[in-house]
Amino acid sequence: MSLREKAEVMDGPTLDRSLTRIAHEILERNQGGQDLALVGIKMRGEILARRIAEKLRTIEGIVVPVGALDITLYRDDLGMFDEQPLIKGTEIPFPITGKSVVLVDDVLFTGRTTRAALDAIMDLGRPRLIQLAVLVDRGHRELPLRADYVGKNLPTSRRELVQVLLREEDGQDRVVIQEPEE
Amino acid sequence: MGWRRKDLLTMRELEPGEILLVLDTAESLKEIATREIKKVPALRGKTVVNLFLEPSTRTRTSFEIAGKWLSADIINISGSSSSVVKGESLLDTAKNLEAMSPDIVVIRHASAGAAHLLARSLRCSVINGGDGAHEHPTQALLDLLTIREKKGHLEGLKAVIVGDIARSRVARSNIWGMRKLGMSVTVAGPPTLIPPHVGELGVKVAYAIEEAIRDADIIMMLRLQHERQEGQMTTGLFPSLREYSRLWGLTLEKLRGARDDVLIMHPGPVNRGIEMSPEVADGPYSVILEQVTNGVAVRMALLYLMAGGKGQ
Repeated sequence: MSLREKAEVMDGPTLDRSLTRIAHEILERNQGGQDLALVGIKMRGEILARRIAEKLRTIEGIVVPVGALDITLYRDDLGMFDEQPLIKGTEIPFPITGKSVVLVDDVLFTGRTTRAALDAIMDLGRPRLIQLAVLVDRGHRELPLRADYVGKNLPTSRRELVQVLLREEDGQDRVVIQEPEE
Repeated sequence: MGWRRKDLLTMRELEPGEILLVLDTAESLKEIATREIKKVPALRGKTVVNLFLEPSTRTRTSFEIAGKWLSADIINISGSSSSVVKGESLLDTAKNLEAMSPDIVVIRHASAGAAHLLARSLRCSVINGGDGAHEHPTQALLDLLTIREKKGHLEGLKAVIVGDIARSRVARSNIWGMRKLGMSVTVAGPPTLIPPHVGELGVKVAYAIEEAIRDADIIMMLRLQHERQEGQMTTGLFPSLREYSRLWGLTLEKLRGARDDVLIMHPGPVNRGIEMSPEVADGPYSVILEQVTNGVAVRMALLYLMAGGKGQ
């Protein structure tokens, strides 16, 4: 099945402004960011987490530790494919116990990735609280979860694919909706 | 590329890409060992049988820890405590195990080909944990992981393997693995312990340890399996343990001729004072304990990769 681009829903500057707003909201909700830590879900959540950390430094002058989470070992569909998904590794080089952890992902869809990420984080320690930041919330939740910080709410149909492209990985910053070609 | 094999029987059968997939996966999984709570749910509900019909501490424990950290259920069966002592054949033992629906069977056996026999007759996955003098693929994989970790790469490195090459499954598996990943391999030992056509595996042969280790990046000392050779030793493979140790044992003295950044490896258990002196085994070049740590990582990787698909 090949996909074709249906629409661009965010360009580079819009994406950047969303992250700036999320950074401000994080500071507002967390009283200036004491004991804050950002954990990005690999791959693109990690990139977004690093960008948000950079903004927090610029805005408030605070250095927030950033970790990267690979949720593969916590997926609920392991063993359902012929090949096991690749493991990319979790790198959280700081203790998360007592921290206010903001989990960062690019797209929030069914919520299954977030569920896996919550379990993965809890296995690493006992954070004071966990919040969720996503660049795009595209709906169609299958679990009772919601995001605390959302870049853009994007109504989609299930057959569409929302793709977040980031400079570090894809050479450009944009968010597009793709749909299967007939 | 993904893992599509039902079984892991030899290094000989693996593609370079498959070896690298195992190493990369193992590297990513190593982080689990540093956690306070060493457990992830990846293999929940999977059953792994450790069928060890030959003595082993390291390999069996390593598979057991690997499986437990991944949340699999692990059953250990050893030679002395199983129906094997009542005269049950290997195939019957295996068939009966299969009737209890394990997902993976790890087998260690004194006969070459035992893992193949099992793999052919069982529907579940089979991992070769060492079969006679044939292969010990998980040992080679953990050795490659250790070398890559220490040296940053594998291609172009020079390894020398010293000892009883003819009877060593560790040597055979490492030769296959190292050659596939672009390393050059020299084997060294008394002529009676070097197999006659070993050159066909693409290795060089050296008959003096001093010469062999001169420009090596890795020196892999093999365990002299004197418990297996008792009978053969008297038939004259080498005159005495003492002579073997004097000519082939790795000492600080001999190491002076080696590179400054050489890695010294040994699959364990070490016969201190025979194939290497204690100062070498515990010295700064030795990565013997890293090998053991990496053993768990490599076995986690394999259990994870093989618990997935229904295979080919």
